[in-house]
Amino acid sequence: MFDGIQRRVVSIWFPRLASDRVLRMRPIEGPFALTHTLGNTNRIYCLNSAAEHLGLSRGMPFSDARAFCPDLQSRPADPRDDLRFQHALRRWAVRYCPWVGLEDEDGLVLDITGTAHLFGGEAELLMDMRQRLSRAGIGARIGLGDSRGAAWALARHGEGSAPIGGALDALKGLPVAALRLEEKTATALGRLGLRSIGDLANAARAPLTRRFGPSLLMRLDQALGYQPEQITPLKDPPHYGVRMTLPEPIGISSDVLAGTERLLVQLCAKLKARETGARILCLTLRRVDQDSQQVELRLARPMREAARILPLFERGISDVDAGYGIDQMRLEAVQVEPMPVQQLSHVSTGSKDRLDDLITRIGTRIGLENVQRFLPADSHIPERSFLIAPAAYSMPERSWVNIRPRPLHIFPPNPLLGAPETPIPPKHFRWRRMSLATARSTGPERIAPEWWLEEDSWRSGVRDYWVIETRQGRRLWLFYTPQNPGWFVQGEFA
Amino acid sequence: MSQDFAKSFPLKPARVHEASGPGNATLAAICAAGVQGPVLWIRDAWRPESINPLGLNAFFDPSRLLVAQVKDQIEGLAVAEEALRDSAVPLVIQEISEPLSLIQGRRLQLSAKAGKSTGLCLISEGMGSNAAESRWHCAPLFDPFSEPADSTLQRWELIKNKSGTLRSWHVRWDTASRRLHLVSPAGE
Repeated sequence: MFDGIQRRVVSIWFPRLASDRVLRMRPIEGPFALTHTLGNTNRIYCLNSAAEHLGLSRGMPFSDARAFCPDLQSRPADPRDDLRFQHALRRWAVRYCPWVGLEDEDGLVLDITGTAHLFGGEAELLMDMRQRLSRAGIGARIGLGDSRGAAWALARHGEGSAPIGGALDALKGLPVAALRLEEKTATALGRLGLRSIGDLANAARAPLTRRFGPSLLMRLDQALGYQPEQITPLKDPPHYGVRMTLPEPIGISSDVLAGTERLLVQLCAKLKARETGARILCLTLRRVDQDSQQVELRLARPMREAARILPLFERGISDVDAGYGIDQMRLEAVQVEPMPVQQLSHVSTGSKDRLDDLITRIGTRIGLENVQRFLPADSHIPERSFLIAPAAYSMPERSWVNIRPRPLHIFPPNPLLGAPETPIPPKHFRWRRMSLATARSTGPERIAPEWWLEEDSWRSGVRDYWVIETRQGRRLWLFYTPQNPGWFVQGEFA
Repeated sequence: MSQDFAKSFPLKPARVHEASGPGNATLAAICAAGVQGPVLWIRDAWRPESINPLGLNAFFDPSRLLVAQVKDQIEGLAVAEEALRDSAVPLVIQEISEPLSLIQGRRLQLSAKAGKSTGLCLISEGMGSNAAESRWHCAPLFDPFSEPADSTLQRWELIKNKSGTLRSWHVRWDTASRRLHLVSPAGE
């Protein structure tokens, strides 16, 4: 009878993933803990085995832990880096089989069906896994079984492997919590006297379903292999990098540019296939003396036309010190953005493209965020009536409305010293070492502060704005603060 | 009189001009109103005053304006040269804070010629370079008969002109029709 290949699943649990990650970077002797702030208290997030032996535990307040163990060393936890580390381990585990998924936030699950013989058998595969992980300084518990549930149970509770078809025998003695049950369910089962998986498997099924719902027996069936369970392998993120190794080192910038062109053509083909455009490109030039130089290019718009990107690289490449020559070039799109294929139309977009290229070129010199444009904003406060946004990351908006004339230049308010503290505009005043006489004043226009936003310069209360035309010709924008008497100049009209 | 003015203004394209005096930003805004397409305004990042786009709205659509904030004048000149040479921007306005040397002025002229864009340097008194095509001095004047919503009456004096005579005019920007009007000087 044909019964196919038996499915085999490995579950790896990293009991101290976070602290192992930090200790790999910087080894520390003695007790060590990672802390995080939870509900106003600094608590232990993860700790090493030395600290566990001293009686410290996860979730314990950090100050208590310091009292127990004065030489405890600590670092703040970074769950995002831990997640990245877990993904890196997943990528490493692909060496054993192509079908690797994540399990919770501190484990991996591998479907090793049909790959164990490549390592000389299951025992050898597990041995290899253990040796590599311990050499890397990562503590791991490994379980092997016919189903994902059995492997999970064996990894978390008493590390071991179940032989083919022997899941029940291997799991019989483990507590019910090994079935991935909620804590409440596990406690309730304990009260009923069903403490181990063997007890549960022998109990009548119908009353259990009535009492705990279908999920309990589903977990049991999954562990024993009666009910299938999927492993979801993660897709590798697309890689936008190309490189070229040269037989002889090069040093002339036109040669480097020609090499860059070849790389760009390859990279742009990749970008086009995925309908994305590069926003930041990084060209790494490795020299003969193993040193490397980087040229970064930030684009004003996502792009994938090699012919347009290449001239933008010219300036960066001309600054590179080639030393004894460059023998390897690597081009990577560090940041990509979606850029769907667009319908060609008879309306030319040439000038828009040229402007974007110009912004990119200016941006490589002064920083892309320093090329700005104005966007309208909904406020009566002069300083808030417009926004300044980087031109590369915004689109022009054409909805500028001003109800009253506004000055061409505005500046931080200059106090008018010596002006009378009355609401009537001063007849004579001195501003920027100029003696000015008021010929005509128009106003007042009262502007009230926006109470919903904190703004230090508006603490003096409401402002009465006046347009002052001076005999000397300049037209200035003055304001008077009635709640805090004083005159200020804030702008000059065109 | 208006024929004379038409010879000097709008500014001769593909050249670099200079404007001084307290009203030079107005001249820049009026130049920007006269061109099609984007306008680049290069200014030093350390300047406390800022351009108010609502103030520019009386002259042209502020969405056409790009502002480049530069660290110092050398950087500003490099950006101006790049932009003038590229011809994607028909008008490049640069605020000058240190006197321009003849070489710097000449380089700007050459890049304006290469890109067929117009350059305008906003200078303080006495900071211009000899390479400039024309130099204007803009002074605001008080006009007792104007409406408050109008723009300032200005006296524009051409104080350097490589291809014409020197003269001065009284001008006013009409915010409603968005046109520059020549005004006959008021008798004293």
